Amino acid sequence: MIQAPDLPLWWSLIVGLLVLAGAGMTLVGSVGLLRLHTFFDRVHAPTLGSSLGAVLIVLASIVCFSVLRTRLSIHEVLIVLLITCTTPVAFMLLARSALYRARAERSAKTSETTDAEPSDLPPGSGDSDLAR
Amino acid sequence: MLALALAITGAQVMLGLAMMCAAYRMTAGPRAQDRVLGLDTFFTNSMLLLITFGIQTGRTLYFESALTIALLGFVGTVALSKFLMRGEVIE
Repeated sequence: MIQAPDLPLWWSLIVGLLVLAGAGMTLVGSVGLLRLHTFFDRVHAPTLGSSLGAVLIVLASIVCFSVLRTRLSIHEVLIVLLITCTTPVAFMLLARSALYRARAERSAKTSETTDAEPSDLPPGSGDSDLAR
Repeated sequence: MLALALAITGAQVMLGLAMMCAAYRMTAGPRAQDRVLGLDTFFTNSMLLLITFGIQTGRTLYFESALTIALLGFVGTVALSKFLMRGEVIE
């Protein structure tokens, strides 16, 4: 599986560094998704991978294919445009629905003091009632 | 070209580890919105992994599948968050 395109030395160094930096950014974002504590902390973390990680890896792909074909090939910009337009919309919808669910749960049981994330509640019980 | 091959393979291993983190959050997330967040991160990481496969093999086939996966990830996240908010997808 060790395989690489035939690039000149400096271009291969640039492509390798860009790919490694983008993958490192994505890994940091996903480790943040794994390790942060509440949902509203966790919703920040994967945007590191979907903004800077995607931009760096797509830039590496643009450099690689432009050098391989000796012409400008920028059709990967389409992926960056799609990701930067759709990720904020999707995460904002998700955060608003999470906020709605947290408020519904808090108003449903006002008798006891609840956190924003009750861990004793199993995730399948009563979700369909709270979602409506 | 061994350095570029090792860099691309290392980047694929890192993206695979990121996908494992997202898969853990998708299977063991405490709430439903954590699972949806893990699913969206899984889609993004798999799209980036497909772009690195495209760099490695020099084919443009992987670009089209990466574009399709990005689009499907957005549609899936919007549909699931609408389901979490209202309880139904199409009103």
